[in-house]
Amino acid sequence: MRAWGSAHYRACAGALRRLAATPLATLLNIVVIGIALALPMAFYVVLENARGMASDYSPQPELSLFLAPEASAADIKVLELRLKNHAGLASYRFVPKAQALEQLKSRAGLGDVAAGLPQNPLPDAFIVAARDSSSAALETLRAEFAAWPKVAEAHVDSDWVRRLDGLISIGRYAVLMLAAVLAFALVAITFNTIRLQILTQRDEIEVAKLIGATDGWIQRPFLYFGALAGAAGGITAWLLTAAGLLVFNNQLKPLAALYGLPLQLSHLNWSDSVYALAIAVVLGWFGAWLSVRRHLSAQNPR
Amino acid sequence: MTQIMLSGVSKRYPGGHDALSDITLTVETGELVLVTGHSGAGKSTLLKLMAAIERPTAGSVLVNGQNIGTLRARGIPFLRRNFGLVFQDHKLLFDRSVFENLMLPLDIGGFDRREGARRARAALDKVNLLHKEKARPITLSGGEQQRLCIARAIVHRPAVLLADEPTGNLDSDYAAGIGRLFAEFNQVGVTIVLATHDTLLAELLAPRQIVLRDGRLQS
Ligand SMILES: Nc1ncnc2c1ncn2[C@@H]1O[C@H](COP(=O)(O)OP(=O)(O)OP(=O)(O)O)[C@@H](O)[C@H]1O
Ligand SMILES: [Mg+2]
Repeated sequence: MRAWGSAHYRACAGALRRLAATPLATLLNIVVIGIALALPMAFYVVLENARGMASDYSPQPELSLFLAPEASAADIKVLELRLKNHAGLASYRFVPKAQALEQLKSRAGLGDVAAGLPQNPLPDAFIVAARDSSSAALETLRAEFAAWPKVAEAHVDSDWVRRLDGLISIGRYAVLMLAAVLAFALVAITFNTIRLQILTQRDEIEVAKLIGATDGWIQRPFLYFGALAGAAGGITAWLLTAAGLLVFNNQLKPLAALYGLPLQLSHLNWSDSVYALAIAVVLGWFGAWLSVRRHLSAQNPR
Repeated sequence: MTQIMLSGVSKRYPGGHDALSDITLTVETGELVLVTGHSGAGKSTLLKLMAAIERPTAGSVLVNGQNIGTLRARGIPFLRRNFGLVFQDHKLLFDRSVFENLMLPLDIGGFDRREGARRARAALDKVNLLHKEKARPITLSGGEQQRLCIARAIVHRPAVLLADEPTGNLDSDYAAGIGRLFAEFNQVGVTIVLATHDTLLAELLAPRQIVLRDGRLQS
């Protein structure tokens, strides 16, 4: 057992020595792997942030019923009663036009605009939350409310959220495809790196095999090398993404201040970072494995 | 216990050349056997068949009753660890020191490094190369390289030594020294198969001889 452990330790140390023996080639390799991984990583980060914002801004889709300007207090009472007795609603609240104007004024940047208006242009409104928030159910409700008297217009507030959700799920597919293509590239990169290493060490491999080394023993340092290169590439990708976010967030700052929105993208959380690193390690290992298998099986006696 | 049994063995290399035809022979445990014959007679091929470096095209090669011809690839390394191999073309590694060359079979066998280092030095001492421990093999003379190759073959104390022209580059003094070394090993029970042109070894060791001629046994 101790011999086994020390054999692994030596294989790992050997792999590190090989990485250090050709510093420039190693560095370039790691950067290439890093860039290949940084692309889907950055894309994923943007998506995750967009998803986070979408769910922050609208926890539950709502319907807005804008009343006709001539609607009287009595009309409003009638409407309120109909809403109260409606089986499909979870809750409703009335927003008088004065309150709506106040809200508008308190929004950053729009206060001046609202103050300059000669009269309140906003209608009274009911904000309604449905029991069933599927888009089909919401659409049925919307059509129903729009037909009610004194209701000028009804619409589903979460339309943009749904559109964003749709976009995000398309984006996820795009990330997956991009990741698949670049994972393939990563495997190809390590495959080729290991192939070159094998070429420079073919004598050692041949002799080792002739005097009784198992394939596992011969493979081990190459597999460690692949895994280490993958890990270094993964860390590089994480740092590249972090640098990209830093620059991007700085650019975003004035814009965010203008709209009073917390428009700052955050990096992968810890568990996602660990996953990404693990994937990089596995891919590097796999590329090395493919390469070394191909070489070793060509050396068996015939 | 390591008996090597060949029955009806032929080897045809890709390209159609018959290197060996219908060889039947047995090397008993603890025996010392000399394989001689002209250049191209098939001596190296015979040794390679015994170590599963080549597979026979016909017949069977049994080592301890195990058929090498049908041995699965993953079983071969463990078979080879019973052998010490001296290659005709040495197969030394020039990117590392003499000492590290000797450590290779020990690392492969999973030896403890410290115990391994002790054995490596003992083997170097046996072939009079202890003072070259840190040298690179490329800086060694032909004879020294040959002795290093012998040291590497015996360092893990194999049960069988398969030596292909182990004295090819040595002058008669050294060749005699190597011959005595082989005799010593043989005395402690190591089975030895030597392929050689060297008549000196034959005189010194007075072994059983196998003579090959164009890939056939001659007796
Ligand atoms: N890998 C190979 N492919 C094709 N032919 C081969 C191969 N190895 C050996 N041969 C042929 O097989 C025959 C026997 O070769 P072998 O090396 O066994 O001879 P040998 O007795 O060891 O000769 P020498 O004394 O010169 O070392 C030779 O004719 C050689 O050309
Ligand atoms: Mg030969």
